[in-house]
Amino acid sequence: MARYLVNRILQMLLLFVLFLTILFFLLNAQPGDISAQFIGNPDIPPEAKEILRRQLGLDQSLFVQYLFYIKNVFTGNLGVSFSQYPRSVADILLTALPRTIYLFLSATILAYVVGFQTGKLVAWKRGTATERVTMVGSIMLYTVFYPWFAILMLWYFGSQLGWFPLGKFLDPTKWFDAPYTANQVFNAMLLSIFLALVVVVAIFYFTGKIEEYRQRLIVRRVLLAVTAVVLIVYWMITPMSPFAVDIAYHTVLPVTTLTLVFYAGITLLTRSSMLETLREDYIFTARAKGVPEKIIRDRHAARNALLPVTTSFVLAIAFVIGGGIVTESIFSWPGLGLTLLGAVTVEDVPLAMGALVMIGVLALIAHLVADILYAFLDPRIRVQA
Amino acid sequence: MTEVRDRKPEGESATDADLSDIQVPDESLFKIRLKLLWRSFRRNWALFSRNRLGVLGVVIVLFFGFLAMLHPILMNTVWSEKHAIYDPVIGTDAVIIEKTVVEDVNDPLTQMSFTEAMIAGEFFPEEGMIIEVSIAPAPPNKDHYLGTDPFGRDILSQLMFGARAAFTLGVIAAVSAVVLATIVGSVAAFYGGWVDTWLMRQADLILLLPLLPLLIVIGSFWDIGLVQLGIMIGILSGLGGTAIILKSQALSVKVKPFNDAARVAGGSSRHIIVRHVIPNVLPLSFLYMMFEVTGAIFLEATLSFFGLLSIPMSWGIMINTAHTQGYTLFGLAAWWLLFPAGLAVTLFAAGFFLIGRAMDEVVNPRLRTR
Repeated sequence: MARYLVNRILQMLLLFVLFLTILFFLLNAQPGDISAQFIGNPDIPPEAKEILRRQLGLDQSLFVQYLFYIKNVFTGNLGVSFSQYPRSVADILLTALPRTIYLFLSATILAYVVGFQTGKLVAWKRGTATERVTMVGSIMLYTVFYPWFAILMLWYFGSQLGWFPLGKFLDPTKWFDAPYTANQVFNAMLLSIFLALVVVVAIFYFTGKIEEYRQRLIVRRVLLAVTAVVLIVYWMITPMSPFAVDIAYHTVLPVTTLTLVFYAGITLLTRSSMLETLREDYIFTARAKGVPEKIIRDRHAARNALLPVTTSFVLAIAFVIGGGIVTESIFSWPGLGLTLLGAVTVEDVPLAMGALVMIGVLALIAHLVADILYAFLDPRIRVQA
Repeated sequence: MTEVRDRKPEGESATDADLSDIQVPDESLFKIRLKLLWRSFRRNWALFSRNRLGVLGVVIVLFFGFLAMLHPILMNTVWSEKHAIYDPVIGTDAVIIEKTVVEDVNDPLTQMSFTEAMIAGEFFPEEGMIIEVSIAPAPPNKDHYLGTDPFGRDILSQLMFGARAAFTLGVIAAVSAVVLATIVGSVAAFYGGWVDTWLMRQADLILLLPLLPLLIVIGSFWDIGLVQLGIMIGILSGLGGTAIILKSQALSVKVKPFNDAARVAGGSSRHIIVRHVIPNVLPLSFLYMMFEVTGAIFLEATLSFFGLLSIPMSWGIMINTAHTQGYTLFGLAAWWLLFPAGLAVTLFAAGFFLIGRAMDEVVNPRLRTR
C-alpha cells in the first residue's frame, strides 16, 4: 500500500505543476502584462519603467518567468494583492482557507454519512412509496439550480422565519471586546472537528477486529458516545464557547444548504450501486444460507456498494468546490470562493490567481485523501503490500 | 452514419441488415435501413416510455423547445410594434399602479411611506391617499403576464429568450463534448499502449481541474460568449470525464469478434474504428449527451449568475439582476423575479437529466426492473 501511496503523491505533484503551467499560460495569454498598469502612467520616466520591468522579471524570457513562477508558488510567495495593497496574497488566503475547509469538510462528511444510509435503505425498500418519495425528492434536489436554491433557503430560513442570520461569518456586536480573534476560535473548532474525525475513524478501524458482531456494535457505540461527550464537555467549559456558538450559529444555514444538494447526489448513487450489488450471486447465497436480512443488507450488500460511492468522491470534489463558491457568495461566507469572486470583480489578478492555486491545492489534497480511503477500503490494493 | 446511430447494439441488428440485403435485393438499401431504424426506434421507445419520469423529461424539454420557438414568432407578430417594450434586453415599460400612503410600510409593493409619496410628486400626502406611480419590478398584469424585472423589462420575453440561449449552449456543449469523447474513447480503447496512457492521463488531469473557479477566472479575463463557453465546456468534458466513460464502453466493443472479422476481411484500423467501434459506442454517447446538457446549463447559469459572461440575456442573468438589485430576500413577495428563472434552469436541467436516466435503462439492461 505504501508504494501505491507514494506513487499517487508523486502523480499529484506532477499534476500540480501541470495545473500551475496552465495557470501561468492563462495569465500570459492576455494582452499586455502586469507592468502595463505602471507603465501607462506618463509621469514615470522611461528609465524608471525599464527598472520596474526588470524588477518584476518581465525582461526575461517566458520560460525563465515560468520557472520563477513555479519556484515562487512552491516557496509560498504568491505576490502582493492589488486591492488590499500592502497585504500579501498568501496572508489573505491563509485567513480565508480554514473557513472554506470547514464548509468543505462538514458538508462532505454529513452528505456522505447521511446519503449513504438513505441510499442503502431506499435500495432495500425498492418499489415502496417511501422509495418513490425519496427518489423524487433526491432528483429534485440533485437537479435544482444551486444558486437559486441557496437564495431560497436564505430567504425562507433567514428572512421569512428568521431562524438563522443572513449570511456573514459572525455577529460583530458580540465580538466587540472578545479576547480572541475570530480565526483563533474558528481554528480551534476546525481542529476539534478534525480530531473527532480521526478518533471516529480509529474507533471503526480498531473495533473492526472484534469478531463477534453484537459485541463489536456495543463497543463501537460506547466509544462513539464517549467521544461525543468529551467533545461537548470540552466546548462547554472552555472560555471560547460563547464565541464558538456564535460562529457555529452562522454556519448552520450554509452548511445545511450545501449538504442537502450534495446529499441528494450521494443518495442516488448509493441506491444504484446497491441495486447492482443486490443482484450478485453472493447475496443469493447468503439468502439461501438463511442469513438474517439486516445482516445481508449491512454486511454483504452495503459494504460492497460502498466502493463505487467512494470512487465517486473524486468527481464530487469538483462539485463541492464549485458549490462552495456559490454558497460562500450567497451567504457572504468569507472563504476562498468569496475571495476569488471579489478579486475577479476588482481585477486583482495576483489575488485571483493565488486563490485559484489554493483551490487547486485543496482539490489535490482532497483527491489524495480519497485515494488513501480507497486503498484502505479495497482489499485488492490493501493486501498487495 | 446517421442511420446506424439509433440502432442499439443488440448484436442481431447488424446481421439482420446483412440478411435483408441479400434476401430482398429489389428494395433499396436506404428504405431497409429506414425500416430498421423505425423498428428499433419503436422498440426502444416502448422500453423508454415505461419509465414515466423519462417521459416527463421529454415533455419538459418539448415545452422549453416550444417556448424557445415561440419567442421569435411573437417578436415578429404580436409584439412587432412594441419592440421597445418587449425586447428581452433593451425593452422597458413603466407599469402604472396605485399605491396607498400609510405610516408603516408592510408591503412595499402596494403601500408607500409619506417620504416616498413626496418624492412621487404628492407634496401633501395623507394617510390612506391613493397615488399612481410607475413601478419598475411590476407584478404580473395584462400587458406582462409574468411581470417586469427591476429595469422594467418583460419577464416572459426574457424567459423565452433564455430558453433559446439554453438550447444553444446545451446543444453546442453536448455535441462537441460527445463527438470529442467518442473519438478519444474509441481511439484510446482501440490502439491501447501509449496513446491510451496519454489520453487517459490527460483525462485524469482535466477531471482534477476545479472547473468552476477556472471558468470564473477565464470569464473575468476574456469576453466569453455563449458559443465560446459551449465549446470550452465541450472540450473540457469531452477530453475529461466523458472520454473515460466512453472508453470503457469502447473497450468492451473492441473485444467483440466482428472486429476480428473486419480485420481479416482487410479492414484498416480507421475503417474498424469508424464503422464498427464508434457505431456501437454511440448509444452510450447519446446518453451522455443528455447529462452533458444538464452540466453545461448549470455552469452557464452559475457563471452568468456571477455576471461573468457576455451574454445579452439568460436565465442566470435574470437571477443575477434580481439578486444584485436587492430583491434576494423578497421571496414570494416578488416571486416573478426569482421563481420563473430559477424554476426554468431547474426544470430544463431536470428534463435532460430524467431523459438521460430513462435512456440509461434502455441502454443498460441491468438497470431495468423487469
